Amino acid sequence: MARAVTPRRRLINTILAWSIGLLIFFPILWTILTSFKPEGQAIADPPLFLFFDWTLENYAIVQERSNYARYLTNSIIISVGSTLLGILVAVPAAWSMAFVPSKRTKNILMWMLSTKMLPAVGVLYPIYILFIKMSLLDSRLGLVIVIMLINLPIIIWMLYTYFKEIPAPILEAARMDGASLRNEILYVLTPMAIPGIASTILLNIILAWNEAFWTLNLTAAKAGPLTAFIASYSSPEGLFFAKLSAASTMAIAPILILGWFSQKQLVRGLTFGAVK
Amino acid sequence: MTFKSVIGAATALTLVAGSAALAETITIATVNNGDMIRMQGYTDDFTAKTGHTVEWVTLEENVLRQRVTTDISTKGGAFDIMTIGMYETPIWGGNGWLVALDDLSADYDAGDILPAMAGGLSHDGTLYAAPFYGESSMVMYRTDLMEKAGLEMPAAPSWSFIAKAAREMTDRDAGINGICLRGKAGWGEGGAFITAMSNSFGARWFDEDWNAQFDTREWSDTLNFFVNMMSDSGPAGYATNGFNENLSLFQQGKCGMWIDATVAASFVTNPKDSTVADSVGFALAPDNGMGVRSNWLWAWALAIPAGTQNVAAAKQFIEWATSKDYIELVAANEGWANVPPGARTSLYENANYKDVPFAQMTLDSILSADPNNSTVDPSPYVGVQFAAIPEFAGIATEVSQEFSAVYAGQQSVEDALKKAQALTNDAMEAAGYR
Amino acid sequence: MATQHSRSAARMMMAPAVVLLLGWMLVPLCMTLYFSFKKYLPLRGGDLGWVGFDNYVRFVSSSSFWPSVYATLIIVGGVLAITVVLGVLLAILLDQPMWGQGIVRMLVIAPFFVMPTVSSLVWKNMFMDPNYGLLAYLWRFFGAEPVQWMSQASLPSIVMIVSWQWLPFATLILLTAIQSLDSEQLEASEMDGAPVISRFWHIILPHLSRAITVVILIQTIFLLSIFAEIFVTTGGAFGTKTLSYLIFQRVLESQNVGLGSAGGVYAIILANIVAIFLMRIVGKNLDN
Repeated sequence: MARAVTPRRRLINTILAWSIGLLIFFPILWTILTSFKPEGQAIADPPLFLFFDWTLENYAIVQERSNYARYLTNSIIISVGSTLLGILVAVPAAWSMAFVPSKRTKNILMWMLSTKMLPAVGVLYPIYILFIKMSLLDSRLGLVIVIMLINLPIIIWMLYTYFKEIPAPILEAARMDGASLRNEILYVLTPMAIPGIASTILLNIILAWNEAFWTLNLTAAKAGPLTAFIASYSSPEGLFFAKLSAASTMAIAPILILGWFSQKQLVRGLTFGAVK
Repeated sequence: MTFKSVIGAATALTLVAGSAALAETITIATVNNGDMIRMQGYTDDFTAKTGHTVEWVTLEENVLRQRVTTDISTKGGAFDIMTIGMYETPIWGGNGWLVALDDLSADYDAGDILPAMAGGLSHDGTLYAAPFYGESSMVMYRTDLMEKAGLEMPAAPSWSFIAKAAREMTDRDAGINGICLRGKAGWGEGGAFITAMSNSFGARWFDEDWNAQFDTREWSDTLNFFVNMMSDSGPAGYATNGFNENLSLFQQGKCGMWIDATVAASFVTNPKDSTVADSVGFALAPDNGMGVRSNWLWAWALAIPAGTQNVAAAKQFIEWATSKDYIELVAANEGWANVPPGARTSLYENANYKDVPFAQMTLDSILSADPNNSTVDPSPYVGVQFAAIPEFAGIATEVSQEFSAVYAGQQSVEDALKKAQALTNDAMEAAGYR
Repeated sequence: MATQHSRSAARMMMAPAVVLLLGWMLVPLCMTLYFSFKKYLPLRGGDLGWVGFDNYVRFVSSSSFWPSVYATLIIVGGVLAITVVLGVLLAILLDQPMWGQGIVRMLVIAPFFVMPTVSSLVWKNMFMDPNYGLLAYLWRFFGAEPVQWMSQASLPSIVMIVSWQWLPFATLILLTAIQSLDSEQLEASEMDGAPVISRFWHIILPHLSRAITVVILIQTIFLLSIFAEIFVTTGGAFGTKTLSYLIFQRVLESQNVGLGSAGGVYAIILANIVAIFLMRIVGKNLDN
């Protein structure tokens, strides 16, 4: 993969890629920096890049006002819970689509994806009423279910494309050896599919973490995740850039760190069958 | 002590006694305004007094509205107390969705609530929400810049004076705009301002048969006056400026005048946040010689949705948060200028509060707004900067979006009014008025 | 390998997913259809009777309808164009040998982890604010009048914010695809002295077509329903009301559930048209 190039070319590549990378990352960096500024300096003219009065007061204010730990816990439970539940439902479905395809498989897949295109807000009232009837309002369980359903098509799609790349002869060989269907999935397919499953899990945790419509509209005090936490820091009275930045940093830091640590696994399976 | 208040006191006593045994947790949805955030900070005081604990759901205003409206109209019961305004209260109260606040304790002294506020938060004479703070709008101006321009602000200015003063004070090279006003789309933002302003120009939203009135000369006068004044002396990009944007512009010394909520007075005179704290003067919102001023009337109030399990505890919280004691509590800790204003008569009779520079003007502004009689020509609706009908929020948001497009120079006043007329009539027809 | 036995087992295993999604689709769909023929105003006591196709007629005859379709197409199309073009270029760049490739990749994918509400708030306030935004300082620094992003360039601003969020996704998928390109093939063409441009057109781009299709498919699904980015930035003003935002306005701001539901049905039809359209191209590209 690593092709030999002249050092000069390598240097140019490096400079170019780093500048673009920093440019793309800059809004996040700026948010993090601003979160350490006093409110007054957050809007200073000219903008202060590094030489300002570093302070933690914004974090202290945010922490005092909101119970960050609870929002964080909810975010973790909802995103991890919905993803795992989704995997549980999706693995068998994706397996059968990949290894026992029928004429309708592709259509079913597309239909599943198209359920994601329905405008959520159009069904807010029906779903809200349903949630009340089932006592799921402001419960983590309710959100886990809804977020799982929202992301299920993506999970199935990712797993399907990944499973399809597993050579069928290997499975057949296992079957010849007398492996039951259950053992076939558990001991032959799963180990080979682990990278794909891992990246599916990661991607869906990210998507679930960032879902902001249902998590905001179906919760009150108990089950609200970090998206609800953010909603109390957008455009209050007076100067708020620094406090908003602190809250934003707190909301994105966990998922950003997770994403960075696991980027290798994430990237490996994030192909949606795009690589042939 | 009347018989009724004895009963009231007795009820309150039993409530307190009962609560000591039964500590409840109540969930409160509120808006992320400064006064509410301060109230959150004092929750411990409430818990200490009653034993109840409080869960806060603090949301940005638009999200809050969306959230509580969904919940109340489906009887979701997610909240025990909702922070709502003068627009929602009479509609929801009329629908039977709110618990009537007609049995508050004698100590609470419901009669002390400013009549204008109590009136706006009632339906058919029954109070459905207790005002946490109330506001009108008024002119806030820079005394130093006014002096520099060689002008003197009358206590009750006219629009022509304001426009003239704005022109004189404008110094674009020094970054000073003569006047900062809301242009941001949204019925509670620019929509509220232009509606209140239109009242003083003799305009109204609907005639007595619920026909939209945007095809009238009064509306075209209002909008043209506003646009001309703002392009002469307003800040660049005022089409996206709402309360917050103007507040920070004024605090940074970039506005000569600002006509907005009276609660802003405590922010612009607070030296901690404002660079112009010691040179701010106040005047009544302008008029146009037609007998109606351009100030609005609003209250952020606490209401209990019908059907909640914790009515008793919720009432206790409301009594605590909107009481005289709470005002004293805030005054003792943060000074009189920072207490929630505009809700109680007694506050304006308090000698300590009289020293606050904007107290009298706030009261005068509130008293001069009449929700039942807000327009020059008769109108079928209640409300100053809104019409208290369920359809209004949606319509006015769309109308104000058309207006904001004018402010941004994207369409003409005539086009905007034509579209506003059409979409308002259309929505009213859909709702079955016409 | 598709024996009768495994076929029925397969069907069994698909059942939970299909049933769940069918339920998730059908229950709201039926309710939406039901409401769309009703005069349903929650603030006026809820169900006020059947009204036939009134809501459908009213929804499309509103002056906001066609502009909302236009805004939807501009946002989806604009974001797709930007993310695909920049994604391809960025993927090619990141595939080149360089120092600190891993770190650069981390920087590039970071925006994908930021929740839409946060990125919209940050962009709107800290970058695009005409007074205190960083871009305003930049413009002033060069002696230009700051742009009123949210009013004068509302659609481009939203396209830009959304593109920033989705560029990492496109780049990652395209990068994986490029890395699978046979490097010998590339080097051979390099040796041949094939000009960069022709190498790009004849080798790289065809190889990426499959990945580009996937990017378009997945992103379209998400972009059709973007909401937070508009809610936070313009609130639907200045021509940024998309179809799904218009439905939001009808349902929640105007509290007309019937009318909004009719809009929902239109949106479902639009989504299905897009889905069929995508199925055609994607199906072709993903077969084999």
